[in-house]
Amino acid sequence: MQLKTFPGGLHPPDNKQWSAHKPIEDCPLPEELVVPLGQHIGAPAVPCVAVGDLVKRGQVIGEAKGFVSVPVHAPTSGEVIAVEDRPHPMGRDLPAVVIRADGEDAWGDLLAPLDIAIAGIDELRQRILSCGIVGMGGATFPAHVKLSPPDEKPIDTLILNGVECEPFLTADHRLMLEESDRILSGIAVLQKILGVRQTFIGIEANKPDAIERLSRACADLPVEVIPLEVKYPQGAEKQLILACVGREVPSGGLPMDVGVVVQNVGTCAAIADAVLRGIPLIERIATISGPALVEAKNLRVRIGTPLRKLVEVCGGTRVEPAKIIMGGPMMGMTQLSLEVPAIRGTSGLLLFTADQVSTRPEGPCIRCGRCVRACPAHILPTTIAAYARLDLFEEAEAYNALDCIECGCCTYSCPAALPLVQSIRYAKNAILAKRRKV
Amino acid sequence: MANQLYLSSSPHFSSGESTDRLMRQVIYALLPAAAVSVYMFGLPALVTLLICTLASIGFEAVCQKLMGRPRTLGDGSAALTGILLALNLPASSPWWMSLIGAFVAIVIAKQIYGGLGCNPFNPALVARVVLLISFPVQMTRWTAPAPLSLSFDSVTSATPLGQAKEAVMLHGALPADLAAGFGDFFLGRMGGSLGEVSALALLLGGLYLIWKKVITWHTPVSYLATVVVFSGIFWLVDGTRYPDPLFHLLTGGLLLGAFFMATDMVTTPVTPRGMLVFGVGCGLLTVLIRLFGGYPEGVSFAILLMNAATPLIDRYTQPKKFGFVLEKA
Repeated sequence: MQLKTFPGGLHPPDNKQWSAHKPIEDCPLPEELVVPLGQHIGAPAVPCVAVGDLVKRGQVIGEAKGFVSVPVHAPTSGEVIAVEDRPHPMGRDLPAVVIRADGEDAWGDLLAPLDIAIAGIDELRQRILSCGIVGMGGATFPAHVKLSPPDEKPIDTLILNGVECEPFLTADHRLMLEESDRILSGIAVLQKILGVRQTFIGIEANKPDAIERLSRACADLPVEVIPLEVKYPQGAEKQLILACVGREVPSGGLPMDVGVVVQNVGTCAAIADAVLRGIPLIERIATISGPALVEAKNLRVRIGTPLRKLVEVCGGTRVEPAKIIMGGPMMGMTQLSLEVPAIRGTSGLLLFTADQVSTRPEGPCIRCGRCVRACPAHILPTTIAAYARLDLFEEAEAYNALDCIECGCCTYSCPAALPLVQSIRYAKNAILAKRRKV
Repeated sequence: MANQLYLSSSPHFSSGESTDRLMRQVIYALLPAAAVSVYMFGLPALVTLLICTLASIGFEAVCQKLMGRPRTLGDGSAALTGILLALNLPASSPWWMSLIGAFVAIVIAKQIYGGLGCNPFNPALVARVVLLISFPVQMTRWTAPAPLSLSFDSVTSATPLGQAKEAVMLHGALPADLAAGFGDFFLGRMGGSLGEVSALALLLGGLYLIWKKVITWHTPVSYLATVVVFSGIFWLVDGTRYPDPLFHLLTGGLLLGAFFMATDMVTTPVTPRGMLVFGVGCGLLTVLIRLFGGYPEGVSFAILLMNAATPLIDRYTQPKKFGFVLEKA
């Protein structure tokens, strides 16, 4: 059978064999947790605890500020020992609440479980907000915002993103295999909120066990599992929608413009916990992998756990890591140190050795067209990048720089080792900054 | 903790593809054709190949030194240009002509424009055309194949395309025995420049490049298909004056051009649709020049003309961006 997919993209070696068969393990609690108040797209939370306060697991420690914002909760019980700027995975020092764990790990008062048959839609949305649920595929966009489409944008389709197209990462894969009931409960909540006509779960064909497992679980439900061609970036939202339902999100538009809402399977499981058990988002599954590590693992990690702890749990390093990546190798962010905490968007932690770090000098563009063929946005990366490097941002914009989804396919495929997506990002920032000023 | 941690903007993964490797692959793909030419034309062919290649590398090094540019001989592009140039010359080319050719290709057609990636025209073809116009006698004194010859005093022979054109001009009809030579054309037993003699060797090299994903099928297929269709129309109209499509395919520099020159990345369009347009344009021009032009062979001119049209083609064959919707009126 021809598997569904999108035009463009490429096939990086998936490197999932290191961790795909490893069951999810609970990462032990660290002594000290650093919980950043900004772990999502939008306004950071405002701290509502002070140094010396005793907090319980699940207690709100930062309150949402504005519509596009979510609260932050204590991942375990203990004492607040600092509310100050701390190194953040984004590369800067940002406000965080530091908690010294008391080892009790005692729950605070949780919100009451909701019965979705009875609960109103606004109540469900409010619960998702109160529990701090954000997109856990890595983008960390507040989930309640996505679930509140304006009336003029009717939604008829829900797509669950179980693609996990980033090499190395297997966290969603393990979640689908081991905790599919959480996902299914979450789907029921989402279906109720959105009132959709159809629901799909998109999974890349390199996870046949997860496809089988979920297909069986969904046999009697109004949910269809769609196996997708293994191709990067199959999990990019717009590419996933095109593959699953054949709808193309208009340039500059959002999935809701074509009647679709996409949620990552991890987000969906977290929504189930929030609604059915009142549990806020204080932990997530992350894949710890990479050639510098002794052993790759899938860990259930409390938010705020320093990366160093995750590495220790995996047996430490085999060799000195030359690059620390939070997320996947295609879109993840490099880290300055292992002292930064795992946050809600931490889908993985990869330690690369010097062998994996390309330091090849860039050469001239030979116009081979590889970036053009690989680009899933169907733009001309090399042309835009060339303009960007000359600070010709109007030209870059005319060549559709803003349609770039920053998947990195162009840079990956470039034989001249040119930093194409990096240059396009630079142009996008400049174009958007100028727009804000006008 | 490591003394040295790399920080960079994503992606942190690369395909490992490199310009050097691409150039090397093209050179490998040309080896069968080069080997056949050395077999068919003997020592003179080998000498021409060596002079062109070494001189191209030499001129590139001198240019980069004088212009204060980084030395990039390792990328193999100069060597490739040299080999391509040699394959575009007659075996009997005098040494000084090979030298001039290499100078034109590397210095004038490539480095003056800014080096690799910046030249609008295929350097080897620019050199070939400059030589053809400057030294018409030497450039059209084709050697008859003389396998493994060590002699530089060769018997000259017309190319099949030349024979056909001359016969049509003199007698108004093609020579009767034109089709007799297809087996020879395929294997390389015909007069011509070094690289155009063996269709088989060129085809092998071309398919290797497609298999290795160095080039895509778009340009060669559209180029060759256009030649077959367009020349086929003329052949059907008057088979006594116009040679059949197979003759066009197997003779002259068509296969060399379609697989190795029209696919030169720097001087041709970047988009698959643009490559198709480029190939069709090359095919039409090649047939027109062969049938109605002053020269018996039109591949070089066709590709160079299309090189000039490349920025235009790129402009009008941009892919439709994801989520493109027509503005509502």
